[in-house]
Amino acid sequence: MQRQISAFAAGLLFGCGLLVSGMADPARVLGFLDLFGTWDPTLAFVMGGGLAVTGLGYAWCLRRSGPLCAVNYQIPNRRDLDARLFLGAGLFGVGWGLVGYCPGPALLAGAAGQGTALWFCGAMLAGMLCWRWLEISDWLQPGTAKG
Amino acid sequence: MGLAGGALIGAAAVLLMLANGRIMGIAGIVGGVIQEPRSADTPWRLAFLAGMAVPAVAATALGLFPASVPAGMGMVLVAGFLVGLGSRMANGCTSGHGICGLARLSRRSMAAVATFMAVAGLTVYVVRHGLGGM
Repeated sequence: MQRQISAFAAGLLFGCGLLVSGMADPARVLGFLDLFGTWDPTLAFVMGGGLAVTGLGYAWCLRRSGPLCAVNYQIPNRRDLDARLFLGAGLFGVGWGLVGYCPGPALLAGAAGQGTALWFCGAMLAGMLCWRWLEISDWLQPGTAKG
Repeated sequence: MGLAGGALIGAAAVLLMLANGRIMGIAGIVGGVIQEPRSADTPWRLAFLAGMAVPAVAATALGLFPASVPAGMGMVLVAGFLVGLGSRMANGCTSGHGICGLARLSRRSMAAVATFMAVAGLTVYVVRHGLGGM
C-alpha cells in the first residue's frame, strides 16, 4: 500500500509539474521544436529544472542502501547503442513533432477529457501493444533484454 | 514557470526513486499496465496514473487546462501510434530518457534524446514550413 501511496503522490506532482511548466500545452512544445518560427524556450527551462532536481535527488537516493518501500533500486544498466534505440527514438520524434504530445501530456489531456488527446492516447496504446506483439513475434531477432 | 514546473517534475522522479526504487518513465508505466496487466507493478503504476489525473481534472474544472493544437484526426492517430510504438521500442520517452536518463548520465538516454529532439524538430519544420504552409 505504501508503494501505491508514494506512486500516487509522484503522479500528482508530475501532473502539477506539467501544468505549471506549460508543457501540458502542446502549442508550447511545438513552439520549442520549431526553431524557425517564434521560438519558445520554455521546454529547455523545464528540462533544466527537472534535470537539476533529479540529478541531485538521484545522487542522494542512491547513497542510501535501498528505497523506502521496495527491496532495491531498479535502474537500467544497459550501455549499448542499438538500432532499436535510434529507430524507436526516431519514430517517437515524428509522432511528437506532428501534434506536440508525448505520453505524459497526452495522458494528462486525456484525463482532462480532451477529445483530441483521447484519440491520441488510444492510438498510443495501440502502438505500444503493436511493439509488444512485434517483440514477442518471430519478426525480430531475440536477445535484446528490455531496460 | 518553466523552471518551477521542471523542478516539480524532478521532485516526482526523485520521490518515485526514493520510495519505490523506480525510474519515472511514463511510457514504461502506461506500457507496463497494458502489456503486463498481471505484473506485481500494476497497482503502483495505476496509482501513479490516478495521481496524474487529479491536477488534470482540477485544472479542467477551473477552466485552466490548455487546449490541444488543431490537427486532423488522421494525423492525431498516426502521431499517437508512432509515439506509443517508438517510446516502447526505444525503452523510454521524454520523461524516462529526457529527465531520468539524462539525470543519471545514461549514454542510451543521451542518444535517444538527441535523436528524438532532432527528428521532432525536423518534423515540425516540414509540417510548418516545408509543405507550403500546410
